[in-house]
Formats: sequence, structure tokens, C-alpha cells
Amino acid sequence: MVELLRFREDEPVADPAVTVDAFLDQPDARAVRIEPGDDVSVLLPHLAHVQLVEVNFPVFGDGRGYSAARTLREAGYAGELRAVGDVLLDQLSNMRRCGFDAFEPERAMDPQAVQAALDRWPHDYQPAADGHVPIWKLRHG
Amino acid sequence: MYRYDHYDQAMVDSRVEEFRDQTRRRLEGKLSEDQFKPLRLQNGLYLQLHAYMLRVAIPYGTLSGAQMHALADIAGKYDRGYGHFTTRQNIQYNWIKLEEAPDLLADLARVEMHAIQTSGNCIRNTTSDHFAGAAADEVVDPRPYAELIRQWSTFHPEFMYLPRKFKIAVIASQTDRAAMKLHDIGIRMVRNDAGEIGAAFYVGGGMGRTPMIAPCIREFVPVDQLITYSEACLRVYNRYGRRDNKYKARIKILVHELGREEYTRQVEEEFAHLLTQGIEPPLAELERIATFFADPPFETGLADDVDRSDPGFALWLDRNTLPHKQPGYAIAVISLKPVGGIPGDASVEQMHLMADLATRYSFDECRVTHAQNIVLPHVRKADLFAIWQQLEAAGLGAANLDTVEDIIACPGLDYCSLANARSIPVAQKISRRFADTGKTAELGELKLKISGCINACGHHHAGHIGILGVDRKGTENYQLLLGGSEGDDTSLGKITGPGFDEDGIVDAVERATDVYLARRREGERFLDTYRRVGIDAFKEAIYG
Amino acid sequence: MKILTGNDLKSGAVTWWTGYDWSIHVEDAVDVGDEADAIAAREEGARRVNAPYAIDAERDANGGVRPAHIKDRIRALGPTVRPDLTLKPADPEAGNWVI
Ligand code: HEM
Ligand code: SF4
Repeated sequence: MVELLRFREDEPVADPAVTVDAFLDQPDARAVRIEPGDDVSVLLPHLAHVQLVEVNFPVFGDGRGYSAARTLREAGYAGELRAVGDVLLDQLSNMRRCGFDAFEPERAMDPQAVQAALDRWPHDYQPAADGHVPIWKLRHG
Repeated sequence: MYRYDHYDQAMVDSRVEEFRDQTRRRLEGKLSEDQFKPLRLQNGLYLQLHAYMLRVAIPYGTLSGAQMHALADIAGKYDRGYGHFTTRQNIQYNWIKLEEAPDLLADLARVEMHAIQTSGNCIRNTTSDHFAGAAADEVVDPRPYAELIRQWSTFHPEFMYLPRKFKIAVIASQTDRAAMKLHDIGIRMVRNDAGEIGAAFYVGGGMGRTPMIAPCIREFVPVDQLITYSEACLRVYNRYGRRDNKYKARIKILVHELGREEYTRQVEEEFAHLLTQGIEPPLAELERIATFFADPPFETGLADDVDRSDPGFALWLDRNTLPHKQPGYAIAVISLKPVGGIPGDASVEQMHLMADLATRYSFDECRVTHAQNIVLPHVRKADLFAIWQQLEAAGLGAANLDTVEDIIACPGLDYCSLANARSIPVAQKISRRFADTGKTAELGELKLKISGCINACGHHHAGHIGILGVDRKGTENYQLLLGGSEGDDTSLGKITGPGFDEDGIVDAVERATDVYLARRREGERFLDTYRRVGIDAFKEAIYG
Repeated sequence: MKILTGNDLKSGAVTWWTGYDWSIHVEDAVDVGDEADAIAAREEGARRVNAPYAIDAERDANGGVRPAHIKDRIRALGPTVRPDLTLKPADPEAGNWVI
């Protein structure tokens, strides 16, 4: 069973993640944590030195974090993007698609089940933040 | 018709395997009901009043004969011999076993069908005009756009946990036959002055407890930006739609609270950004899809006249067939509203027959309408008599399209765990009453719609006459609404006053129609008279 | 009396707590007093029932059990518009019990 799943080569930053409000007061912080209601666009000007963004999912059914993740990736954020909280096995593959590359779920997961969940889909209908080639592109080259 | 290629097939097959695995984990106790519920809902599986209920998508309402046969087989093999066609171009089975659901989905996948995203807080089955490709008034066939949207919205990674369900309808003709403005997004394909095809976007409509008519937020989205614009609409909603109160979570509330201008501004800003992201499929993909919807090989030079000597047939011809764009052809509508029957239900045998008729007489195609009927879209007029005879023999010959007998009714308390009152018995009594008194024909077009609770699955807000089931101290009670309409002249019905019991509501409906018969002017439908004379005359007759 | 109902996890069938097991016949339901939550939690944990909940009911003169709300009476019998699919297909009067 694993508690932190990472799909990155670099070392995790050790700094504790600060809230968005705190981050705006100390914009040299390297780790920040987003709650569902936070507006990620306020982070966009400061992304250059951020190494970890944690996106909290207090309940798995609140999907705002998926949009937050894509907005960050579309703005060019390349650091670690970690989903934390009520993150479920069956959500991992969509989260990967939206740009998350690390997971810290409340309940530890079985690595084999994680692998199976991530290997589930042979293709994708849409382009997203994971660089996968969408089906329409496969059809038309 | 659209056919899957190996990509589409692989996606649907993977989904079946995913659900098989999820179901196994649920049955083994590795998933709690709380965790499993959104997963089963995203596969159309509800827990309803008597058992699990499965809702199968019929994308934009189009079915091949083989698909209709498969729906019949499923009703026989996994259910209790029937299915219920819904207002959202779906079919529901009421008696499904969880342990068998994965096998059922595998059977569906074999005929290129699925139950993906037919429930849950995600983008649902995209609906369209049930006369697409056959109607004379369409700008283009809307279904290729609906299929493009189906593929974009299927397994969309960002939009699986929206604040609430999300329904899209696409039409492309002057007449709106899909209640487009009562959807979260209604899209009307249009041609601009330069002759180019584009999409008008209506966002924030819906029924439920706060019915709203969608305002137009953009008159023309170029066709090669359709998906990008949709994604912008959804992203703004996903971020800002209310999540504190499930009854205020639909996009209509967001658009209403922000105001159309502010919502539109946010969408346009997101749209400008998304245009830089390359998410739009190329036009070649739309063209590929469109080839599947090319006209079937119509015969030319066919005669338009039909032998009307059988009076029963002549009646059906007048009521249930419509003009086709191709000379010598007609659109035939099979009514699933036999007098005293259950609106929208069809038995295994009836589904097989409809499938056979589609294959034999309608270029292997049939459609499901949002009024819970089945359409044979491309029928040679010369074949209409043979079709009607076979329908008659199977109890499907009711000649009552768009009449007071052609009632939309949700399943209500006979099947639905959210219901306050039963809808079906009310529909049965009303259709019997008007059939018995012989007033059906005289009343002409009259759209009567019944919901068993405020969720409005039976479109009661949009009925010329609407009926809403409420709970009055533990007994079933029915409110009467008048003046609703969907389509070009969309309006929302008004409640007349205190509610009635089951027999009382049937009487009240009859009294309302009597007002119409007494006061109508030449050429007026019930709705027109109501709009002209106002609610008071009706109230007086109903409440005395 | 308070009785406990739910659906069978695998089949979805409507079931009623009999004191030691689940039955599809509402007549078999027993008064659970204030034990409903405890039984529900235990049985759901053991996956013998899905979505259990307690309801008010009364015992009628013939020893039958009649749930207080029409919704649960329809669950107990089956759809009133399809007598053939109810638990009492041969009894034309069965539907009257619901109303
Ligand atoms: C029996 C299972 C069903 C359940 C549990 C169910 C549940 C709901 C709920 C909760 C809503 C309200 C959504 C809201 O306002 O946010 C709704 C709306 C709706 N449902 Fe159903 N429904 C069921 C069956 C049906 C059937 C059989 C039909 C078609 C005949 C249908 C068509 C619709 C439509 C058209 C709306 C309103 C349009 C809208 O505002 O989205 N539903 N349903
Ligand atoms: S309107 Fe209410 S009773 Fe009817 S199907 Fe919808 S939720 Fe059920």
C-alpha cells in the first residue's frame, strides 16, 4: 500500500504548502495549497519558482480541482501538481489527464490496482494536459 | 447512421471492463455504496423503487434495426419483458440486477451502444431533432454535430464531477422539436449571411424546481470552434457553479445569478484562452462523421398519393405521418400511447416489430422522440398501409400524435423513488376519458405532460396542460398548470390553484378543454386560446 | 411499529428485515424498535442489504404489515400499473391495499 504516488523523477520539495492567501503575502514560497473555492488565476503570475501545488479534494465529488489543474498546466506550470484528500482509485486516470502527477490520497492505495486503473484506457477522445494524442488526431494524422 | 470504428469500440469495451471491475469490487466490499454510487450512476445504473434501473443512451435518438432488436433482447434477457422510452432519448429498464449489469453492458457494446454518462453530475446523452435528416426545414443535419459533442463529452477528464447534471441538445431547423431552450446548453446550427454554418448557443435553460428558458449567449460560433466554445462554457460552470446547495447547482442558477452578460464575459475570456490550446477536432473529423449521415438512397419519381379508403388508416395517416423532404416519402410516427396504456413503454415483441419495420421500410433506421414515441424517418408512401396494418396488429397503431392522448408522463411513484405521486394512472385515466368522450379529434393539438414530482422529468412546465404530482399530508395530490410550451414559442406553465385528487385532476383537465372548445376562434389551438383569453376564464371553469 | 427495509445488494430486490434475515414479503417484517440503526449498519457492512432505512408501519387485522407511506407500499407490492409484475399477480384487489 502506498501513501504518496509520484509520477516525477525529481525529489519532492520538503516545504510545507501554504494557503493561497499566505502565498500572496510571501510569493517566494515554493509550495502552495489550493482549496476548491480558490481562484487559481491569482497564482499564474508567480509560477516560475513554485515547485509544488497541492490541490485539495475535501470530498471526491467536488470537481473544481480538475479545472484548477488544467488551468495551471495550460499556463505552463511544470512543477509538481499533487491531488490530496478524498482521492479515489477510479479518479486517478482522469486526474492524470488533467495534469496531476502526484497523489496523496487519504486512504492508501494498492499499487497494482493503481497501475490497472491507469492502464485502463487504450485511447482518449479529447486532448488534455497529459499530451496524449486524441482519437481524432489518430484518425486524421 | 454513425458506425463505430475500432477506436470507438475500444473505448466502449474498456468502459464495460472498467465497470465489471468496479462492480466486482463493490460486491466484494472494497467499495462502499458512497464510493460506488457515482461510478454506477456514470454507467446509468440507479437504485430505484423496485430494483436497479438502467438507463441506456440512444445518442441523438437514432437507432438501427439491429440496435432496436438488441434493446428488445435485453428487455427479455435481463429485465421483465419491456422497456420505457424517455423524454431524453434514452430507454430505461426497471428490473436490473447489479450482478448482471456488466454482462448487459457488454451486450449493448456489441451493437455499438452504451449507458455511459446517462446519469451522474456529468455531461449526459446529447439529444437532437428526431426528424433530423428527414425534415424539410433543416439547415443541415444536426446529428454530425451531436456526434462530435458525444465524443468530446464522453470520458471528458475535467467534467466528470460537475456541480450537477448537464444536458445538451442540438438542432438545426427553424422548428425546434427538441425543447432546445430547456437544456443546460441548447445549440442551434445556423447559416450566417456569408452562407457559413455556425452554432447559436443558448445556455442556462432547464426544468426541475426552477424552470428557466435559456438566453442566447452567442449568435454565431464558427463551426470549427464548436468544441472549444463548449469547453469554455463548461469550465466556467465547473469552477463557479454552486456546490453548496444541490437545488441551486444547475448552470441555469449560475447564469441567472451572474447575469447573462457576466457569464458570457467569463466564457468569452476562457474561450479566447482555450483557442490557443488546440483542443478543437479538425474539420476533417466533422466531415468523416457527416458521411455517415448522408441521405439514404431514396428512390426518385415515386407517387405521392395514397389510397385512403380504409378510414382507420386514413386517420393514422393524417395524425401520425408528416411531410418528408423527399417526394414520395413520409415520416411515420409510431405512437407509444395506446389509450389507457403506459406512455413510453414497449414490450419485447413490440420492439422487435419496430426494428423489423425500420429495417424493411425505413433504410434500417428509427428514432426515439422526446415525446416518448418512435419514428420511422424515411418511409415510402406506398408502404404506409402495410406498416400501419402491422402496427395495428401489435397494439401500436394509435392514431393520436400530438393530441391529448399523446401524453408525456414520467414513471412517477410506480417506479421512481423521488416521486410524490403516481403519474401513469393519471395519464391512463385522461387518455381513456378523452377517447371515450370522443373529444380527442376535436381538441386537435394539445400537449399534456405529467411529472410525479417537482423534478419535472415529464416536462409539466412545458405542457399546454401540465400536471404536477405533490404530496399532500401523505396522499397523492395533483396541481394543474396551463400555458406551457416548448419549441419555438417556449413558455412556462402557470399553476391554476389548489390541487386535486386523481379523479379530480381528470375532471379539471376536461373542464379546461371545455373552455377552449367554447371560446376558441377559427384555427386556434388550445394554447393559442389560452394565451388570448388568459388564465382567469379557465380558473373560473375549473374551480367554479 | 418501526420496520427496516432496503434492497438486496446483488439483485436490487426490495427486502424487509425479519429479525434474522431479509425477506421480499413485507408480512415477514418485524418491529425493530430502536435497533434500526444498529441492524442497518451491521447488515450493510456484511453486504446483505443496500441502502437500508427504517419506516413506520402498522400491523393490520389479518396479521399483515402495512407501511405508513404509499411509497413503501408500492415498493412492497410492485408497480400499481402492472399488476402482472407485482408480488400478487393473481389478486385483482391487491392494488387497493396500496391506496
Ligand atoms: C426514475 C428515475 C429518474 C430519476 C431518479 C430522475 C431524477 C431527476 C431529477 C432529480 C431531476 C431534476 C434535476 C434538477 O432539477 O437539477 C430530473 C430532471 C429531468 N429528468 Fe429525470 N429522473 C428519472 C427518470 C426520468 C425519465 C423516465 C425521464 C423521461 C421521461 C426523465 C427526464 C428528465 C428531464 C427531461 C428532466 C428535466 C430537465 C432538466 O431540467 O434537466 N427523467 N430527473
Ligand atoms: S419527475 Fe420526479 S417522479 Fe417523475 S421521474 Fe422525475 S424524479 Fe421521478
